[in-house]
Amino acid sequence: MIPFFIFIICAALAVAGAIALIWAREPIHSALALILVMVALAVLYLLLGAPFITAVQIIVYAGAIMVLFVFVIMVLNFGLEERTNFSKLAIPGAILGLALMAEIAHWLWHASIGRALANGPAAQVAEASTRDLSEMLFSKYLFPFEATSILILIAVLGAWVLARKES
Amino acid sequence: MTFAIPISWYLVLSAVLFGLGVIAFVFKRNVITIFMSIELMLNAVNLAFVAFSRAHSQISGAPNLDGLVFVLFVIVVAAAEAAVGLAIVIMLAQNRQSLNVERVNLLKL
Repeated sequence: MIPFFIFIICAALAVAGAIALIWAREPIHSALALILVMVALAVLYLLLGAPFITAVQIIVYAGAIMVLFVFVIMVLNFGLEERTNFSKLAIPGAILGLALMAEIAHWLWHASIGRALANGPAAQVAEASTRDLSEMLFSKYLFPFEATSILILIAVLGAWVLARKES
Repeated sequence: MTFAIPISWYLVLSAVLFGLGVIAFVFKRNVITIFMSIELMLNAVNLAFVAFSRAHSQISGAPNLDGLVFVLFVIVVAAAEAAVGLAIVIMLAQNRQSLNVERVNLLKL
């Protein structure tokens, strides 16, 4: 019963944060709304039995990435977002986005896999331990894991090359 | 009355967040908020990954961790993307004195 209410509260917070991201005119308010969405999703990961993903979500996403965003917003400090006439593509794009959302939601609602229970007494399943996760990461997914380290190296170099002053 | 939550609720929440991310991506004019809506879409997909992982664990009875590993990779790629993307945003702001995407139209016909 308690997971049910936690799910309802966190889902409402996540959707409210996403709407606030669209609504806000100050980029910093959008960033704070996005942090709210990420923290709510972290609680949902905990409900889904993935504590390590919760920690990574808080530390890397809500911590590192969003701090980077807030830092750039503060450094640049262009103030309010200019409201301009939308491009002609915006309205059809939004309608297509809503249609996509409704279609995916409809399909997922009726998919047979969705009837599995996430929590509750009927949902007794072994918790996914961090040890199992790390063993899988370093055996089955070793090559992609090494590839991400090269990707991060290239990203660091790229960010340095882009952001330095031309001299 | 039972209060167990089906996986499909999580999946529908994920779809709703992804749709809101698409709408934010289309409507926002500020480069940084457009980046943030991409992050919102990535988060929605991560939620779907974790929910599917849980569903497969439920069905097979043993923990299925592939979805969780995928989430880790998505987070790593998102971090790299944020680093490079924000560097591009800083360069753009220095060159154009504006963050409005409508002013960045060199490639437009």
